[in-house]
Amino acid sequence: MNKTLVNLIITIVLAYIFSALGMDWWSVMLAASVTAYIIPLKGFKVFLMPFLGILLFWGLSAYLLSSANDFILAKQIGVLFSLGENPYLVILITGIIGGLAAGIAAIFGKQLRSLRSKS
Amino acid sequence: MKYLKLLISLVLTGAIFYGLDSKFGSIPPLGKFLNPYNGIWQNETDESIEGELIIEGLADEVIVHYDEALIPHVFAQNDKDLYRAQGYITAKHRLWQLEFQTYAAAGRLSEIVGEAAIEYDKRERRRGMGYGAEMAIEKMKSDPVTYNLVESYAAGVNSYINSLDPKDYPVEYKLLNYKPEPWTINKTALLLMYMTKMLAGGDDDLEYTNTLQLLGKENFDFLLPDFFDITDPVIPKETDWSYIDVPQTPTPFSELPQDTIAFKIAEKPHPDNGSNNWAVSGSKSYSGNPILANDPHLGLNLPSIWFVMQLSTPDHNSFGATLPGALGVISGFNEYIAWGETNATRDVLDWYKIEFNEDRSMYRHDGQWKPVTIRTETIKVKGGETVTDSVLYTHHGPVMYDINFMDDNPRSGYAMKWTGHMGGNNQKTFIELNKGKNYEDYVNALKNYVAPAQNFVFASTEGDIALWIQGLLPNKWEGQGKFLLDGSNPEHDWQGFIPQEFNAHTKNPERGFVSSANQHPVDEAYPYYVFNDGYETYRNRVINDFFNSKDSFDIQDFKELHNNNFNLKASELVPYMLEHMNKDGFNENEQRVFNEMSNWKFNNDLDEVGPSIWRSWWYNLYQMVWDELDSEDIALSKPYDYQTIYALTKFPEHDFMDIVETTDTKETAHDLFRLSFEKAVVNLMEWQEKNGAYNWNNYKGTYAGHLLQGLPAFSRFDIPIGGDRSIVNATSKNHGPSWRMIVEMTSPPTALGIYPGGQSGNPGSKYYDNFISDWAAGEYLELNFMPSASNATGTISTQTLKPLQ
Repeated sequence: MNKTLVNLIITIVLAYIFSALGMDWWSVMLAASVTAYIIPLKGFKVFLMPFLGILLFWGLSAYLLSSANDFILAKQIGVLFSLGENPYLVILITGIIGGLAAGIAAIFGKQLRSLRSKS
Repeated sequence: MKYLKLLISLVLTGAIFYGLDSKFGSIPPLGKFLNPYNGIWQNETDESIEGELIIEGLADEVIVHYDEALIPHVFAQNDKDLYRAQGYITAKHRLWQLEFQTYAAAGRLSEIVGEAAIEYDKRERRRGMGYGAEMAIEKMKSDPVTYNLVESYAAGVNSYINSLDPKDYPVEYKLLNYKPEPWTINKTALLLMYMTKMLAGGDDDLEYTNTLQLLGKENFDFLLPDFFDITDPVIPKETDWSYIDVPQTPTPFSELPQDTIAFKIAEKPHPDNGSNNWAVSGSKSYSGNPILANDPHLGLNLPSIWFVMQLSTPDHNSFGATLPGALGVISGFNEYIAWGETNATRDVLDWYKIEFNEDRSMYRHDGQWKPVTIRTETIKVKGGETVTDSVLYTHHGPVMYDINFMDDNPRSGYAMKWTGHMGGNNQKTFIELNKGKNYEDYVNALKNYVAPAQNFVFASTEGDIALWIQGLLPNKWEGQGKFLLDGSNPEHDWQGFIPQEFNAHTKNPERGFVSSANQHPVDEAYPYYVFNDGYETYRNRVINDFFNSKDSFDIQDFKELHNNNFNLKASELVPYMLEHMNKDGFNENEQRVFNEMSNWKFNNDLDEVGPSIWRSWWYNLYQMVWDELDSEDIALSKPYDYQTIYALTKFPEHDFMDIVETTDTKETAHDLFRLSFEKAVVNLMEWQEKNGAYNWNNYKGTYAGHLLQGLPAFSRFDIPIGGDRSIVNATSKNHGPSWRMIVEMTSPPTALGIYPGGQSGNPGSKYYDNFISDWAAGEYLELNFMPSASNATGTISTQTLKPLQ
């Protein structure tokens, strides 16, 4: 399996484990930076893989919770954010928020790793 | 270089963490808010209503059956467990509202929403809301039984709060980024103050004072009389008062302060807060059983102010609408009796002009300087500095307006005297009504009740009907407190109270029904001074005419009366206007609207255009008639609709009819009809251009707004319901029948009920607003009165609350 995919999977798995342990939302940042540290990627992928991983993880979790309730609340949150009654947009934004946080935290993890490897 | 990169990435990471974990303006902390583990996605579900739960402090098991409307039917073995369970279950479905209302009552909204609420909080503190709640607690303490039960309720709420993880917090907490605090007895007292303010916190004394200064006594009495030329009081006119042997306080020979109040007067409760209730005796009922109905008119909010429950122990079994935060059923029934309330407004809030000494440590009273007490109010502000405000208290009550609030004179102030500050054990009244078995129990329960005064309607399976007007009501001298009073003159102090047994009431009246709709409680024959700035004059007449119109009434009649859209007010003026206005030279639109108006049968039904035309026409006419009373500088009172119509039709040439602006002509009422009609047509056409057809449904645009500043996402708009203010179906834009109940006194009673909301406070639940359509359509839920926990049908789920072993 290539490193890119491993990074993606480990990020998701760690994020899942942290959430199951009852950790707060920023545990995705921890998951992404730890993964970036142990499985360093290169270039834009450093950001992109954890971004996609958490986007998928949060988006899917939100979708599952919301679809089980006919998206009642998601529609209202759409109105709250002036997006109209569009639950999918709210789910997408949820994913992007989590992904952004994870991606940026991964850059930090990677930088920490570069510090060690080159010294 | 790599250190720089590390530093930059660290800063970025910190920034994104901070950015997504903090609230910016009205934007919630997005990471916290949107994450699927403990953000709003966790609220995308109904509340759990099954299984077993351990609740610390319970003595016995409590069974909670839920029916398909999510109404909890609570079966406990004793009162303490019952009210503990009521606290727990209410918190489970309505926690955010439960807490938010008490923050609002206490003047603590700044803690939640920040600086924007400081002014509001200051006002509530200065109104003495916290002070009044403390007085109520003192009173409650003298009754250990009630006090204990209120403690149990608090413990129940806290059991629920303590069981929560942040992911379980209602969505509003997540949006505003705060968390629930422990519930206390004080909060129950504050909730009752919240209701007292809503229902007995209004008055026009200061506006009246200004208006009197401006108009002089003769004109004032013409425009704002104590009694209109018709009254159809709550307690029938023919009542014999000869048993009352405590006289009205004699009127002193002292002057009222000649004052004009030039500051902005604080916001008042909604003028439409009111209600209907009525009961027919067995002799007027289709089945021979008395039938009772109640519909309190309050702001249409979500979550609804009411939460429906059945509350049962082996000792009693009650059912009906509860108020989140208060114990027991407030408007409902048990196996033997039914009860309901309408607001019995009376002038129980007076203002005293206070003279201070140089350093404001003393105030003048009875020829002496007396010390003020200072209550320091500390207002915490989210994201801002704490504000402190010193409120001066006299023996009258808190000095609401002074140099620190609205006014600018360092040597004077305006103190309020209010029954809301007097402390009452109102909670006991409801706990006892829940257990009542007959008329005597009902009368005894009422004795503890202080404020807000209510018309308590009653019916029993024994066949009695009754209505008591209950509250602590000052025995005033003629005219006392209608205007600003002199705070230094002891004769202006309240001299005493009407003895409770002399509060007006009626039991099994000959006419076979009792009713109230916020109209005059009594006519002039009642031996005490009865005054209130504004009694309803329309709903009561429609209701009483209906019950006088035939001999027998059934449930369908009751439903139809709740949903009656007849606009008596319009019917008393429109034909007169159509007849007397100048009808020459209409343009096309005017002609069309005139024809539409001529065809209206005065029902405010959804598809009619008449009600819209009437509203626009009346609005413009009213402005034109009372243009003399428009003032930017001082607050004035304008006459009530009834008196306005009286003046228009009986005195069409009166000086007030003239439009002040047009100095070269003198208009009469008949001229105003035409002028206001033209303006109304222009307004309607503009409205139509923007919004489409002006049928009543569209034009009124009824909505139920979320308690948090009507947040549109959690509100419901365009609710298709007719009616309006002054109509029995009193649904205006955002106000109306907040609970409708009909109870037939079979054994056990058979009841219907509905309210514009839903049992769940969670906007993510299908039970959040599921009653609204049925309510709007005039339909009801059949209230499933379960005889016992083991003999229950129609349950969808059961939850068992177990004591800690």
